[in-house]
Amino acid sequence: MKVSYITSLAFIYTHFFSDMAITADHIKDKLIKELAAVHVDVEDTSQNRCAASFKVLVVSPQFEGKQLLQRHRMVNTCLADELKEIHAFEQKTLTPEQWEKQKAQ
Amino acid sequence: MNSLIKITARCLRSGAPAYLPRPADGRAWSAPARFLCADVKKDLGEMVKKDKVVVFMKGTPAQPMCGFSNAVVQILRMHGVDEYAAYNVLEDQDLRQGVKDFSNWPTIPQVYFNGEFVGGCDILLQMHQNGDLVDELQKLGISSALLNAEKESK
Repeated sequence: MKVSYITSLAFIYTHFFSDMAITADHIKDKLIKELAAVHVDVEDTSQNRCAASFKVLVVSPQFEGKQLLQRHRMVNTCLADELKEIHAFEQKTLTPEQWEKQKAQ
Repeated sequence: MNSLIKITARCLRSGAPAYLPRPADGRAWSAPARFLCADVKKDLGEMVKKDKVVVFMKGTPAQPMCGFSNAVVQILRMHGVDEYAAYNVLEDQDLRQGVKDFSNWPTIPQVYFNGEFVGGCDILLQMHQNGDLVDELQKLGISSALLNAEKESK
C-alpha cells in the first residue's frame, strides 16, 4: 500500500514538474545541433520564479551575412517548442569572427 | 498528497506576480485598444501602421511592469522619442497572444518602426549601442537626441 502510494506520488511529481526539464543543457544542445553553433552560453535567469527564463549567447557561422532580426528569428525557430514554456528570453547572436573580436576586447 | 497540491497551487500563483492590470494613465497615446471582435490580426495590422513608432509592452511608459519593457522605454527616452504608441499587453490577453502570433515573435516587448517589426529589447539595445538606432530613427524622420548631441559636440 505504502509502495504504491509513493510510486503514484513520484509519478505525479515528475509528470507535473517534468516541464521544468527545459534545462540550460537541453537548450545548449539544441542550438549546437540545429544552428551548427561553435560556442553557446546559456544562463538560467529564472531566479526564484517558477517560470523559466534564459539568457543565451550563440556563435555560429550560419549567422554570417544575416541581419540581427534574421539571426534572432533563426534562434527562435530552433527553440520554438521551448519558447512556448519559457517566460523570458534574452539572446545575443554573433558570427565566429565577431566572437573573436569581442573576446579580444 | 495534500502538500503536493498546495505546492503546485503556490507555484502557479507565484507565476503571476505583479502582472495585475493597472489602470491606464490619462494620456491618449498609452490608452489600450479594446478588441471587441476576434479579428485581432486585422486590428494589429492597422495599429502598427498608425504611428511611426509602436511598442507592445508590459505596463505603460510611465510605469513599465517588466525589466525588458522598461529598457525599451528608457532607450527611446534617451533618443528623445517621447511620442509613440504604447500598448499594454497585460491589459488584454488577446492582444498579448495576438501580437506574438502576428509578429511571429515569442516575447514582449515588441517594437515596430513604420509598420515594420524591428525586434525586442535585445535588438533595440544592440541597435542603440552600434549607432544603427540613430540612423533608423532618421529614416523615420525623427531626429534622435543623441544625434543632435553628437553634432553639437563637433
